[in-house]
Amino acid sequence: MQFGIFSVSDITRDPISGTTPSEAERIQAILKIAVKAEEVGLDVFAIGEHHNPPFFSSSPTTLLAHIAALTERLILTTATTLITTNDPVRIAEEYAMLQHLSKGRMDLMLGRGNTAPVYPWFGQDIRQGLPLALEHYNLLHKLWREDVVDWEGQFRTPLQGFTSTPRPLDDTPPFVWHGSIRTPEIAEQAAFYGNGYFANHIFWPTSHSKRLIDFYRQRFEHYGHGTRKQAIVGVGGQAYIAKRSQDAVKEFRPYFDEAPVYGHGPTLEEFTKGTPLTVGSPQEVIDKTLTFHDAFGDYQRQMFLIDHAGMPVGMVLDQLELLGGEVVPVLRKELASRRDPESAEAPTHAGLVAAKYGEGPVRQPRPNANRGDNVTGASPYQDSAPAAEYPEL
Amino acid sequence: MSTAKEPYRLAVVSAGTSDPSSTRMLADRISSRVGSLARERGVSVEVEVIDLRELATEITTAIVSQLMGPKMTRAVEVLGRADGVVASAPVYKAAPSGLFSSFFHVLDNDLLIAKPVVLAATAGTARHALVVDEQMRSLFAYLRTMTVPTSVFAATEDWNSSELGERIGRAAIELLLLMESGFAEQVRSESWRSYQHEYGSAGGTELDIDLGSDLMRLAAGGAAPPQRRAE
Repeated sequence: MQFGIFSVSDITRDPISGTTPSEAERIQAILKIAVKAEEVGLDVFAIGEHHNPPFFSSSPTTLLAHIAALTERLILTTATTLITTNDPVRIAEEYAMLQHLSKGRMDLMLGRGNTAPVYPWFGQDIRQGLPLALEHYNLLHKLWREDVVDWEGQFRTPLQGFTSTPRPLDDTPPFVWHGSIRTPEIAEQAAFYGNGYFANHIFWPTSHSKRLIDFYRQRFEHYGHGTRKQAIVGVGGQAYIAKRSQDAVKEFRPYFDEAPVYGHGPTLEEFTKGTPLTVGSPQEVIDKTLTFHDAFGDYQRQMFLIDHAGMPVGMVLDQLELLGGEVVPVLRKELASRRDPESAEAPTHAGLVAAKYGEGPVRQPRPNANRGDNVTGASPYQDSAPAAEYPEL
Repeated sequence: MSTAKEPYRLAVVSAGTSDPSSTRMLADRISSRVGSLARERGVSVEVEVIDLRELATEITTAIVSQLMGPKMTRAVEVLGRADGVVASAPVYKAAPSGLFSSFFHVLDNDLLIAKPVVLAATAGTARHALVVDEQMRSLFAYLRTMTVPTSVFAATEDWNSSELGERIGRAAIELLLLMESGFAEQVRSESWRSYQHEYGSAGGTELDIDLGSDLMRLAAGGAAPPQRRAE
């Protein structure tokens, strides 16, 4: 079981001090937060992708590669990478590069994005958002598994003899999560490929998330990747923790009330009652998180949103101390004791390499000399086909 | 075969803001007339009232955050199981009240498909008389309800007129006959799939997943359905 935090990269006015951090300050703050996440013993750090203010994270792989250099153990991932408006070829290239630089300490979560104007900015049509996401992933999947790709679809210019470089680290594609809260097609795609399914369990009651998680598990088994229990599920959540419950409520309320997503709407009490948000003592967060396990069964990754709504970096770092120091160790122990031995391990690069090669040698692609294209002659990699023979002139 | 007929379930939605309110009174007059007409025909009517006044903060919360509070959740359940609906709004500024419209705005588009509805409104002046037909009817057409032909409108001076009682009687029998016909149930059982739904829509009851759709084939590695990209 992996525990981590995810940030949407919002740059929001602190409702208490009244100041809005600069982009420069907020970007430096996120580095501190990520490094701290590793220090306090968390496993995963995720960043969102946005292409409009007040967000900074337009280039997640650049940020994550830097964090990879500052850390040693942390898995870097996204929440989410826009599979709709990004060219899947660029996703294949950039994330493979991140995979090499982080030595496999990365994966990614794909999402559609909910900001309508982003689609036309990147030449896409939001009304085609779902088929776009599905088709783009079909291509991405191929780009990471086949050295030379011929491909034609509805949404992107066709590819002939294209090789996405660098090839994935150890020729083992990064693990992919498909994020969705209410789209069965996305859960189906995750199941078809045997990838992970992530339910951003933030706005709606647990019963909503459970419906598609159960569907995904059933389809995962249907496609022969393993039993339902072996399907790979991630869950989002959010918490604000203080030693004493009443302090948590008092400290978090001004941020909740002004939060871009739910501020000026429901009261903190209504929201904590109706959704997975927990504002309280470490024990309360532990208890609430364990109810997710009651509903979903064994799952592989629990993410928390703790960095948003204008909370100053010091406050977020304190949250990390409590999350890593008092909440997660108890959850690890409790969930380990409940864990069915049949259920899947959390995905790691080492695990994927072992699954692919067992004890055998790990492929390390070495390209042939440049010959200008991949269409004529043999494979561009030395090990996959005999060298091309050219006629003597 | 003479078995006792199941009672009709009638949902009354009132956006009156005072207690007692004339908007609620109008709705009650309609629902009790439906009840008495039904009894004459040997059926009883179970009325469940949704007083939007009590849901006001939950309605605004649902608009801005999609969070459905417990009273909204109950209201959706009541409407979901209703055989017929009486929807009654006060007219403000030449339109049905915002509270009334907002409530229907946050419902799923497919919650009320084919259900018979009586539309009613109250106002301080007869100049608002066409609000029901010109504004409320279009909202309910969007929701694909079966609105009855007679609209019930009551301005201050109508409360003492026998014509209002006649219009109430007309609307009530129209609603009753539509409920009796089983139209909504039949449309839903025979044609439900031909309406647009989302996963979890219809108040959380629409949970069927069509594994044979074009999009599902695309999800499972197939080719995208041929469609022109929108220009």
